Amino acid sequence: MRTVLIQDEQREEAPATAVVRGTEIARHYGAGETAVHALRGVSLEIERGKLTAVMGPSGSGKSTLMHILAGLDQPDGGQVWIGDTEVTGLDDAGLTALRRDHIGFIFQFFNLLPMLTAEENILLPLEIAGRKPERDWYDELIAKVGLGQRLKHRPSEMSGGQQQRVAVARALASRPTVMFADEPTGNLDSTTSAEILALMRDLVDGFGQTTVMVTHDPHAAAIADRVLFLADGQIVRDLGACDTHKVLETMEELRAA
Amino acid sequence: MRRVALKGVWWRRGRAVLTALAVILGVAMVSGTFVLTDTINKAFDSIFQDSYSKTSAVISGREVVKDANSGSSTVPAGLLQRVRADDSVADATGAIFNLSDTSNTVKLVKDGKALGSTDNGQLGFGFDPRAERFNPMELTQGRWASGPGQVVIDKGTAKDHGYAVGDRIGVAAKLPTRQYVITGVASLGKANSIGGATIAVFDVPTAQALVGKRGQYDAIFAAARNGVSDKQLVSDLKPVVPPSAEIKTGQQQADADAKDTQDSMKFVQYFLLAFGFIALGVGAFVIFNTLSITLAQRVRELATLRTLGASKRQLKRSVLIEGLVLGVFASVVGLFLGLGLAKGLNGLFQLFNIDLPQASMVLAPRTVIVALALGIVITLIASLSPARRVTRIAPVAALREGATLPPRLGARKPAIPVTIVAVSAALSVAGAVGVGSLGTSMLLVGVGALGLFVGVLMVAGRLVRPLAKVVGGPARRLGGPSGRLASSNATRNTTRTATTAGALMIALALVTLVATLASSSRASFRSADEDAVSADYVVTSKSGFDTIPPEVGSTVASADGVRSVSAVRHDEAKAFGTKVSVDGIAPNLADTVSLRWDQGSDAVIPRLGAAGAIVTKQLAEDQGLRIGSPVTVTTSSGRPFTVRVAGITDPKGDLTGDVLISQAAFDARFPRPTDLYVFVRAADGTNAATTAAIDRAVAGFADVDAHTRAQWLDFRGKDAQKFLMLLYVLLALSVIVSLFGMVNALVLTVFERTREIGMMRAVGMTRRQVRRMIRHESVITALIGAGLGLPLGLAIAAAMMAALDVPLVLPVASLIVFTIVAVIAGMLAAIAPARRASRLNVLNALHYE
Repeated sequence: MRTVLIQDEQREEAPATAVVRGTEIARHYGAGETAVHALRGVSLEIERGKLTAVMGPSGSGKSTLMHILAGLDQPDGGQVWIGDTEVTGLDDAGLTALRRDHIGFIFQFFNLLPMLTAEENILLPLEIAGRKPERDWYDELIAKVGLGQRLKHRPSEMSGGQQQRVAVARALASRPTVMFADEPTGNLDSTTSAEILALMRDLVDGFGQTTVMVTHDPHAAAIADRVLFLADGQIVRDLGACDTHKVLETMEELRAA
Repeated sequence: MRRVALKGVWWRRGRAVLTALAVILGVAMVSGTFVLTDTINKAFDSIFQDSYSKTSAVISGREVVKDANSGSSTVPAGLLQRVRADDSVADATGAIFNLSDTSNTVKLVKDGKALGSTDNGQLGFGFDPRAERFNPMELTQGRWASGPGQVVIDKGTAKDHGYAVGDRIGVAAKLPTRQYVITGVASLGKANSIGGATIAVFDVPTAQALVGKRGQYDAIFAAARNGVSDKQLVSDLKPVVPPSAEIKTGQQQADADAKDTQDSMKFVQYFLLAFGFIALGVGAFVIFNTLSITLAQRVRELATLRTLGASKRQLKRSVLIEGLVLGVFASVVGLFLGLGLAKGLNGLFQLFNIDLPQASMVLAPRTVIVALALGIVITLIASLSPARRVTRIAPVAALREGATLPPRLGARKPAIPVTIVAVSAALSVAGAVGVGSLGTSMLLVGVGALGLFVGVLMVAGRLVRPLAKVVGGPARRLGGPSGRLASSNATRNTTRTATTAGALMIALALVTLVATLASSSRASFRSADEDAVSADYVVTSKSGFDTIPPEVGSTVASADGVRSVSAVRHDEAKAFGTKVSVDGIAPNLADTVSLRWDQGSDAVIPRLGAAGAIVTKQLAEDQGLRIGSPVTVTTSSGRPFTVRVAGITDPKGDLTGDVLISQAAFDARFPRPTDLYVFVRAADGTNAATTAAIDRAVAGFADVDAHTRAQWLDFRGKDAQKFLMLLYVLLALSVIVSLFGMVNALVLTVFERTREIGMMRAVGMTRRQVRRMIRHESVITALIGAGLGLPLGLAIAAAMMAALDVPLVLPVASLIVFTIVAVIAGMLAAIAPARRASRLNVLNALHYE
């Protein structure tokens, strides 16, 4: 199986280095007059060890952007790099290796495998890669995620919040270069959402886990180090860390515009 | 990844078992067939081994013509003296004993009815009571028969029919039944019964007289003197053995006899295996459909695996592992189910008057290997296409709701199935209009038929909507809201509905094909008989294809009201290096039977004399015969004779044989001549008095029936009818397999629509209405299967019949029955899924994700 090598020294470099870069990403569906332009030439850099939130109303292109950054979709124009690997140039085998070794995913609907216990779900990416878990890292991760007694339970026996914790642990099991989260709180109540968001913040602070989160929840955006706002397929605001109030304000402002 | 796949199967084990059922039945049929035939072979083998255990050498007549009514050739009685005179021989005896042909048929008769049947063997043996060591039978009671009017019967018959030593029992062979005294009861080897055969043992002269082998033996058994090996004895005796006979050691003879039965069991084996393979094919289709549906429901799970870094190959392999597990499970269960099925098959054959000997079940390593290999390979093949489709699931489907499985090849490229259908149809039509020889035509039709099956299965998705419109009509009009919903549900995923109906389509198409072939050929044979036979009465054996003693004809001739009889002698013989059937016809044949002359006329018949023959056009063409050409025929005794072609006929049907000679010539040339038919011309046509008189005349003979012409025409089709029933029963297995496929698909559909059904329950649909909705959908799917299968079967049958130049006769009643069967199948398939759907907890169902 092929591996995509992403230089490790990058990890140790100054935190300001871009881990994910996109230049002039364009994506449209259909052709001619009826063509829908989901992305109209988006360029961005995601910094190492930072939590970047991507916000925007439905149809703004935020999901498409994430799919393309994570190598799940191919853009019609532009390029994407993760580390110094050009994602847009990889074939399926390369993309598979990239996902396996460098990308972690968190989903709105958790996407746990129902027949596996929490522990088995968490170790699944390692099993797929045919690797043994590093005991220390695993213990640390479990402690951080706080699953404790629930490890032997199946998803159907767990609450939504617990399931998402398992999903977070699974995303990090292979120590990915970058973690993508797609509406991670979209299917949770507000209390549980807050817990999961706190966990994600904690992982960025504690492990320096580079994270990209697509959300339309202002509370979620409020924990980020940086908030990108998308509208009509373009980045229209690029803010640093801001509170819920500021996020809401920006959303209002954009809606009015 | 392998662990994940295995856990997945275990997690969905209920569904896995349901899926596996489709293959289990096919595997059971295969293993059951092997177990049954192996068991029978073993039973016979042990009988033969026991039969010759105390015999060093056997001299027996050669089998010149296979399946001849007159059996193998015999050994002259005088040979026994020369064998006894040999220095190497300690003891020898001559016997009437032959297990492999019907020339020694002796019926045991109770209250005017023959026990057993010729199919199972009504064996007559003749053994010298003083030469007990050579007798394969072991006396369990009384003593050996030692004079005329004495008989020893087998233990099974004695037990089943309540006979004991000292009782009287009817015995019939060539002549009318006569009463014999039972002097003893004996068993053949260690077997309790040999498959419903009855055995009557007489002393040698009595047996010889009964079966018409005076002055002859079937075999001479010899035991070697001390110090002389069996092989030595054989080579010592070889010089005295005539060319029409052969000598073997006891062991060789046992092996040769065993091989004979094994060869005939091979036919049964292949016949049954064919139905096992059909069931496996339908099963593979069901597995393919079920896996496709299951995987479609797991698209998000599979896509998630891709986002976690699983490669296409890993995904494909996980599906194949699932298939492998299913296959292994199904094969193992099927293998053992086959042991039970072997008993069932035996029962089935008994229903059709074919009894098979009992012994403890034989599970040969070959059975295990073949059953397991077949089940596993078939399941894996069925998993291949779903496994390939899974690799095309985009990882991004993990983030999308309602992502679906990518379409399969036929749906992506509709030109492929359409081309297959067109080419196959063209091939069938070419075969039907008859390009080239009959063989080529049939091959074309056959290949075309196979292609049509594949092609129609692939385009079926496109036919679902129009078909559903028609067959869903009653449901929409009479089923209320449930019926209307069911009708639109059936067309929601046309590919899935088509595939689900496809399994039933295959089974129904085969049943329709068989029914149509049967009805057409039966009609054509019947009309051939009607045209040919004008006799008022026809006397035959009970089975119609066994022959009867010539004495029957002469007895009937003197019955009141009978003006004349015309017996048709019949036997198999050899000519031109192949088997031909030869009939001996009376000079007055034309009074009751009209031959379809190609060259010659009825005037030829009384002038056949000792050296004239009438041959069929077919034989004449095959062998280049013209009027005057010589035909050399070798009878079962091994003696050839030559006749000259005096006429050529072009018969329809199978009434007469390949070569017709005069009855006088037949009686002079053939050993132990027997009749296939006795045609009777009555003085005043068919009437009650004459019928009664003829019935009285044949009453004394066992298993001989007199039919009026009308009765006989019906009777001629009876055997084919029985065989057709057997085919239906065996094809029913495939229908059942397709039923499981429908259950599977419905269960999965209900599962998939949980939320929707919950919603409908929430807005007021009653449980009954839910059940009805599922049932209607199931019946509509089944009727789509019938709507595809019946025309397909008819089309293939039409092509075959056209190629054979036989007019097509629609089996209308059968087609109606098959449609009803499809409706019932649909209802049965819906029972469990409908109950499940109606019992869904509304609240849970609404929250179901």
